[in-house]
Amino acid sequence: MCLAVPARIVEKEGDRAVADAMGNRWNIRITLTPEIEVGDVVLVHAGYAIAKVDEEEARRTWELFEEIAQFEEKRIAAEQADKEE
Amino acid sequence: MLERVEQAKQTIQQACTRMDRPIQIMEVCGTHTVAIFRHGIRSLLPPQIKLLSGPGCPVCVTDQGYIDIVLELAGRDDVILATYGDMMRVPGRAGTLERLHKPEIKVVLSTDDALALAQKHPDKTVVFAAVGFETTTPASAVAVADAASSNLHNFCILSGHKLVVPAMQALLGAKNDKIDAFMCPGHVSVILGSDAYKPVAERFHKPCVVAGFEAVQIMEGIAAICKQMAEGRGEVESVYGAAVTPQGNRTAQAIIDNMFEPYDGPWRGLGFIPGGSLRLRPRYQRFDALHRFGISEIPAEELGGCQCGRVLCGLIDPPQCPLFARKCTPDSPIGPCMVSTEGACSAWYKYGKH
Amino acid sequence: MDENKTIMLAHGGGGRLMADLISRTIVPKCGGRSVQLTDAATIDVPAGKLCFTTDSFVVKPLFFNGGDIGKLSVCGTVNDLAVSGAQPLALSLSLILEEGFEIAQLEKILENIGQTASRANVRIVTGDTKVVEKGFADGLFINTAGIGARITGAVPGFERITEGDAILINGTLGDHGMTIMSQREGLKFESPLKSDCACLHELTSRLYNALGNAVKFMRDPTRGGVAAVLNEIAVAAGVGIEIDEPALPMDKTVQAAADMLGFDLLNIANEGKVVAIVAPDAAARAIELWRSHPLGRRAAVIGRVLKGSDHPLVELVTKIGGRRIVQMPYGRELPRIC
Repeated sequence: MCLAVPARIVEKEGDRAVADAMGNRWNIRITLTPEIEVGDVVLVHAGYAIAKVDEEEARRTWELFEEIAQFEEKRIAAEQADKEE
Repeated sequence: MLERVEQAKQTIQQACTRMDRPIQIMEVCGTHTVAIFRHGIRSLLPPQIKLLSGPGCPVCVTDQGYIDIVLELAGRDDVILATYGDMMRVPGRAGTLERLHKPEIKVVLSTDDALALAQKHPDKTVVFAAVGFETTTPASAVAVADAASSNLHNFCILSGHKLVVPAMQALLGAKNDKIDAFMCPGHVSVILGSDAYKPVAERFHKPCVVAGFEAVQIMEGIAAICKQMAEGRGEVESVYGAAVTPQGNRTAQAIIDNMFEPYDGPWRGLGFIPGGSLRLRPRYQRFDALHRFGISEIPAEELGGCQCGRVLCGLIDPPQCPLFARKCTPDSPIGPCMVSTEGACSAWYKYGKH
Repeated sequence: MDENKTIMLAHGGGGRLMADLISRTIVPKCGGRSVQLTDAATIDVPAGKLCFTTDSFVVKPLFFNGGDIGKLSVCGTVNDLAVSGAQPLALSLSLILEEGFEIAQLEKILENIGQTASRANVRIVTGDTKVVEKGFADGLFINTAGIGARITGAVPGFERITEGDAILINGTLGDHGMTIMSQREGLKFESPLKSDCACLHELTSRLYNALGNAVKFMRDPTRGGVAAVLNEIAVAAGVGIEIDEPALPMDKTVQAAADMLGFDLLNIANEGKVVAIVAPDAAARAIELWRSHPLGRRAAVIGRVLKGSDHPLVELVTKIGGRRIVQMPYGRELPRIC
């Protein structure tokens, strides 16, 4: 009944944040998850973070997380390549 | 991943050999229904296992009386109607929001967008069609709280919010012996916590397993249910530990509780479910569209010939409804289960029989 | 209002303003002397068969990452010719402008039209301009029609599709549609997504030239996406179609955006993709030919044609080996939260 996708918090101010899902960035509310910090992965539903994702568990049981990890690695590698240039 | 699927299939197979009868598992969640079709899960299960598509989509169970009020409000010149995209094709007696062709009907992605509309158009009242289960309700509650604290007077909601656990209890309480187990909604459980199903599991001794939405996660959920059944257990279990805790999201629960109160409201096809609907508490009634527009209550209505109620309850499959694929198709839906892209009938029509 | 800054009704009125707009703005940007100002263009055509097509373009927003309505209007018609086995020769260009539209924007769009056409080696030879009152068009609508010369040996047709044929695509699904969504009012999100909008005639002619009649059919999966095209093919050819989910080329970022809005990428529009159906023994060579071109780097065999049927179905074999039907899309995707 409810679509929710994992995304990583990349900015946070008050109860608003920017969440990154594989390079797409959404302005979301974190009113329901006040404990989250930049760097955390949250589940986003209808513009709200509804939970902090347990990444260790997610990596074991959630196929998408392998893809997120690979995506991150690529992005970091690309950033480093940019810096070296 | 394929290894895990294989392992789940084996668990299911072994459990089936230990059970002497076919079993029926209801997936309570409409997103599960769609995922089950999208991943072709049914084609991987032994014939003893039947998946029933339950009352899991908030659009499916939104009574037509509610939709008629939405259409009426959307037709007013002083109203901007904000809605999630899901509601656009739900037919009331006067058609659908999509067919009203009004630019003042706005599809929003979040309640924040609806609030922004109210700020941008102070000369109009923004009515937000607030539908959804526990996953979606907190966003409506936050929006009302924001409107209250920022004195945004031209914003209100029409609450069609509903609660999942009372519906599960009503289904079993109706002595519906067709349901052997529940696959519980992953994202509702994020808010509620898996402990919320304990009363159901304990009272009716049926397995209640919370699962995620990836193909593997669904297969593992079905495997966990089969294992419980083969061992004669009926317990709450979660295979979605990455996002679901036993207690759920306490902050979100408190926000819902502060803003809304349960009442016996109409569910399409299911009649009145005790404590199954949510309305704004009296102290927030100035943000209630019913109060603001002088509507006494949401009338309950039935659709002639439509068998959605029985489809939802797992009593019949969609093709057994006389309207299915004849009068009622995704292009001109009659019942709620055909309206929602994840409704049992629509998914069945689109993605095939099994 | 300054007649040099925005479109006025008089720009479509047949008088001085219109003549100036055409001769000073439209013609120079759209290829200069190739545009003929007579009532009809006269062009030399090679012997053989001609292909003729038309398409109208309405898109919101007019400018998007990876293109604009102008580029789209050239590529769209070039691609319709290209998949039909034609070498594009000439285009017409009709503009329907809304009163008040900024001329600077029009110039940008026209520039892109000129550049895209010249890169595709197709001339714009004739055109038309109309202006409608404010509120009666969404800035700018474009219609292009095109003619092309059928490549010798290219004989695409539904009737030639048979059991066992391979189904190919030249790259990732849904890039255009998701890019448009990401920039559309009300849905906007920040994203590196880029439309795949491109002219595909080099890809198609490679296949038709090298493989001849082993190419059974091609179509560009625009609105309705790959799901719509495959369903059209199944019905028109009276065959079943089976595609493999793991083989479908998907961009992770596009996929994540689709997941967020609740869309199935099979239903989402592309503007630089072509679906080809080729004889099974030609598939490997076709993929090789495509992958050596920048627009075909992620080309893949995505499925196969099954035997004829009175109830032609498109089926998908999922990642975990399940099967499901791929239905014709409804026609308008709405973002969902449920």
